[in-house]
Amino acid sequence: MPRVVFIQPSGESHTVDVASGTSLMTAAVKHGVDGIIGECGGVCMCATCHIYVREDFLDKLPPIQDTEEAVLDVTNAERLQNSRLSCQIKMTEALDGLTVTIPPSQR
Amino acid sequence: MAAGCVIVGNGQAGFETAAALRAEGYQEPIALIGEERHLPYQRPPLSKGFILDKQGMDEIELRPDAFFSDHRIDLVTGDRVTAIERQERRVRLASGSIKSYDVLVLACGARNRQLPVDGAELDGVLYLRTLDESIAVKQRLHDANAIVVVGGGFIGLEIAASARSLGKTVTVLEAQPRLMPRVVAPLVSTFYGTLHAARGVTVVCNASVSGIGGDDAHRARSVQLANGASYPADLVVVGIGVVPNAELARDAGLDTGNGILVDEHLQTADPAIFAIGDCADHPNPYAGARVRLESVQNAADQGRTVAATIAGRRAPYHAVPWFWTDQFDVRLQMAGLSRGYEEAVTRGNPDAQRFSVYYFKQSRLIAVDSINRPADHIVARRLLASHAPVTPAQAADETVNLKDLRYVP
Repeated sequence: MPRVVFIQPSGESHTVDVASGTSLMTAAVKHGVDGIIGECGGVCMCATCHIYVREDFLDKLPPIQDTEEAVLDVTNAERLQNSRLSCQIKMTEALDGLTVTIPPSQR
Repeated sequence: MAAGCVIVGNGQAGFETAAALRAEGYQEPIALIGEERHLPYQRPPLSKGFILDKQGMDEIELRPDAFFSDHRIDLVTGDRVTAIERQERRVRLASGSIKSYDVLVLACGARNRQLPVDGAELDGVLYLRTLDESIAVKQRLHDANAIVVVGGGFIGLEIAASARSLGKTVTVLEAQPRLMPRVVAPLVSTFYGTLHAARGVTVVCNASVSGIGGDDAHRARSVQLANGASYPADLVVVGIGVVPNAELARDAGLDTGNGILVDEHLQTADPAIFAIGDCADHPNPYAGARVRLESVQNAADQGRTVAATIAGRRAPYHAVPWFWTDQFDVRLQMAGLSRGYEEAVTRGNPDAQRFSVYYFKQSRLIAVDSINRPADHIVARRLLASHAPVTPAQAADETVNLKDLRYVP
């Protein structure tokens, strides 16, 4: 199963096995990764699953759609060029090793 | 030892209170008590992704089992609080157990309003609010051919869209002259009527249901209207609103109106008791009046507000209300409360299925409904929160970037 590494703002990291097809947000919530909330359940309404994606993985991710683009505009922590919403990233084998950092706040 | 916090109801509001209390650093015991025999779960998918099998049970649970033990939250499921003994600061449960509290949070939710007609008790007449009810609808939907949905509000229309996407014959019966009449402008109602019709749903407004006819096996077979019309059905799903669960509070001598009455801190007249979520009749600055809201946003934000207050950071509730509904491939996002609006203007193109409606009252923007315009919705929440001075002319003019208006004092 492909793995994802979640890095907390403190630097502490958490490696999680994520089934292909499962979103990063769902996986983080299931595994009790602090700092990923997903209040709206993954429908791109709430901006509480914001992450920063390690640069070398950015090109492998699906492009940002209109709804995600709008919601990224209202993240609580600063939006950076590697900001994404983890509910919009579905795991695939090609993303094995995906490393993301959790922002200091979500709301 | 301190008795800590007892939370009645483990829906979104109750869950959020417990989680937020721990996030606030609250150290006392927390009991989270719910009637349903499930882990706390999300309700929005129950009428959409869950009945279409796009989301499984494990995807709609709010947190895994371990979350509750890890955070020292005593999750009690399959039990019900039957009485509040305010003098003793304790609650009695149906199982016979008793729990003491320092602080009591009533997140009792609401229950389905029952269809008051003959035949409503027949087999095949279902409601949809809980996970178990959604499972029942999902099972029946599989074998049903003709589905009649009573109620053209969010839930009814979402169920209709889900059933239609499975290829079923679907009829929606709405008692009012238009769809979603209490929450959107006529323009938006018309848009949804056209959308559902185009996708093959029969939508009937001004439809006063007078009875449900059954067969010898006591199964629902048709829905009758007062005007004599009859619609064949092998599954009837009723979504005609809810009644707040306020009896527990009322029986304990607390004031109730359209729900449990609370102040701007979501506190009842008893300072040890708060009420939040679907059951709370609260003063809302975006309504300019007391309201009771049924939404994920309201439940979660009120849970967090109460948790902060209990943890010593007392603050009034003032979150911008927002809602959404997904029907077919169209998303309606609502910000603010449009009730009582005097003027509405449109931005974008309804014919292209991408537009927003801006509602004004006394020349002030009070709400925005956006259809497939997610950026408008997000900007609307900011405009409302910052009380930005938007005019109807600016809202209707696509060359004006509304985002730029938000910081104008």
